[in-house]
Amino acid sequence: MTPLLEIEDLHAEIEGGRKILDGLSLTVNPGEVHAIMGPNGAGKSTLSYVLSGKPGYVITGGSIRLAGVELSELTPDARAALGLFLAFQYPLEIPGVSTMAFLHAAVNAQKKKRGEQEMTSPELLKRVREIGKSLDITAEMLRRPLNVGFSGGEKKRNETLQMLLLEPKLCVLDETDSGLDIDALKVVSAGVNALRAPERSMVVITHYQRLLDYIVPDVVHVLAAGRIVHTGGKELALELEATGYAQFQNEAA
Amino acid sequence: MAAVQETIEQVRLIDVDQYKYGFETLVDTEKAPKGLSEDIIRFISAKKNEPDWMLQWRLDAYARWLTMQAPDWARVAYPPIDYQDLYYYAAPKKGGNGPKSLDEVDPEILKTYEKLGIPLREQEILAGVERPEGEPRKIAVDAVFDSVSVATTFKEELKAAGVIFMPISEALHEHPNLVKKYLGTVVPTTDNYFATLNSAVFSDGSFVYIPKGVRCPMELSTYFRINEKNTGQFERTLIIADEGSYVSYLEGCTAPMRDENQLHAAVVELVAMDDAEIKYSTVQNWYPGDAEGKGGIYNFVTKRGDCRGRNSKISWTQVETGSAITWKYPSCILRGDNSSGEFYSIAISNGRQQVDSGTKMIHLGKNTSSRIISKGISAGRSQNTYRGLVSAHRKATGARNFTNCDSLLIGDECGAHTVPYIETRNPLAQFEHEATTSKISEDMLFYAMQRGLSQEEAVALVVNGFVRDVLQQLPMEFAVEAQKLISISLEGSVG
Repeated sequence: MTPLLEIEDLHAEIEGGRKILDGLSLTVNPGEVHAIMGPNGAGKSTLSYVLSGKPGYVITGGSIRLAGVELSELTPDARAALGLFLAFQYPLEIPGVSTMAFLHAAVNAQKKKRGEQEMTSPELLKRVREIGKSLDITAEMLRRPLNVGFSGGEKKRNETLQMLLLEPKLCVLDETDSGLDIDALKVVSAGVNALRAPERSMVVITHYQRLLDYIVPDVVHVLAAGRIVHTGGKELALELEATGYAQFQNEAA
Repeated sequence: MAAVQETIEQVRLIDVDQYKYGFETLVDTEKAPKGLSEDIIRFISAKKNEPDWMLQWRLDAYARWLTMQAPDWARVAYPPIDYQDLYYYAAPKKGGNGPKSLDEVDPEILKTYEKLGIPLREQEILAGVERPEGEPRKIAVDAVFDSVSVATTFKEELKAAGVIFMPISEALHEHPNLVKKYLGTVVPTTDNYFATLNSAVFSDGSFVYIPKGVRCPMELSTYFRINEKNTGQFERTLIIADEGSYVSYLEGCTAPMRDENQLHAAVVELVAMDDAEIKYSTVQNWYPGDAEGKGGIYNFVTKRGDCRGRNSKISWTQVETGSAITWKYPSCILRGDNSSGEFYSIAISNGRQQVDSGTKMIHLGKNTSSRIISKGISAGRSQNTYRGLVSAHRKATGARNFTNCDSLLIGDECGAHTVPYIETRNPLAQFEHEATTSKISEDMLFYAMQRGLSQEEAVALVVNGFVRDVLQQLPMEFAVEAQKLISISLEGSVG
């Protein structure tokens, strides 16, 4: 079986700054959910940025392949069109652009790049309403400017809406639980779980075990000092909750 | 930094190639001799066969102008203008007092307007732009080419409604009393350096009169084109909305690409009587000069509306993308009780453009209200200033103003400045001012790109979101044109 995501000996740094990823390797097969846990400053968010091609991060060695395609030279939009989705820890606000207009632009930009038929407004509206219902997203929210004045929970539900609508091959969730109360966490997790499928994989980045009660992973990795230092099953998350990351930080150093 | 760096690079590439209206029309032209003097003013006045009072009015203005100094308070820099090195009158050669029908207009000029997308043949008006009802909306056009009006459409249909829409030179003959009654009553001949110059040498422009209780049956528009070299354009527009009437007026401007700077010093006067409303929209796209700041139009314009009557309303909407230098403050004098004024502006500067623009809302009457929404976008190495005055007279009890000035920076070699003046002599006036300056953020672009938008699509999305409040104020056809224009102005960064 071809892995969906294959990261080999990845080295990356902030432009003109310090090294953050230091020989990270990770293989995710289709249908698997991998959790990445680790202490603050281990490089968790950097991994999500390097995967999605955020400007300002430089790959200095190694490779990233999505379904066999090398990503490192591709622009963020090209990666998105290949099926990579990043759910942001802090979703950005775009004043004056309604959420619906943004969704329309995003869906059709991807479809155009893949040479697929673009969606008409009525088709899209119908689809968005369907998904929105499961996420408690109201028509009023869709009319508001993207993320402007949204609460933390609304922002994360909106990220989940985009993920469900775009149907990516690989979902990278960066600290999705941050800023969520327990009810919102349940709604978002249900949305994410609805997306689990044999051909789709997820990389769930989180600091706390709590999220993994709702999005149950197949594999748990510990990221420390820029590389994966330990890998286990879902029970590893519970151990970490009890023991903390100190042992791995020593290991990495 | 990569994405923003790239955006900057692309914005830098913007130069003359992107200006789509820069062609020149080759027509035989009749010009006044170069330079400015009493004789030239007499020449212009004689050309138009003007009544004596008009000539005297011009000469008085000229005498006054000779004593004045060019204003230096705006945040713009340019070498001194040699007023003796300009032509003050240029008109395509064609007999008599202008053509009677389109068939008499020089085909080259008709082609020019065709190329610019300005419909002069009434049956062709706005083919392609459908209204929701499926009916194409009619727009009457007055086409001003250098110093003269070459065609005015839908005159008959407007006449049936009692609306007067004609070149001001014609109105001086056909409706001298109306012109005399209102000309110079909003912008007096002594007003400011450029307005006074205009009063002395203005050549043509549009005259509009909407009689009592009439809702003008179609949009009126004037399309200004500067074609001749070394020629100034000094048009004068006068719009009067009598009691209870309504009119929406649109104005567009373009010019060929030339290495020399050209002067455009217009005056627009609006008068709204009791319960009347005037909506004035401008899409200004004069040639902005090349990437190094060579050439381009100096757009030094005085526009003012007088809400003379109770419950009257004047609304200015402008999309300013062209000109090397813009010096322009469309204003409202809120004289009538309960009158209201609005100013909606999008000003985009790129390359080496300099913009100093804003508005004045002068509250004189009771319970007058005004609203200012200004969106400035600076890119390249341009400077973009909002300058605005809101004032309340001591009798203006209950005056209210809301001002919102937002600036957006693209790249780090441009500047955005906000200079608001607020004065009140009435303790019961309520003025609110909000201002923000933001940079198109790397993170915002990355977010949109992560969802699949290309960098250009992402910038376009952010910019369109930024100007949305103002675009919504434009009549539909103009909004479409304006949106395209914004894209072209920021081409390279906007797809």
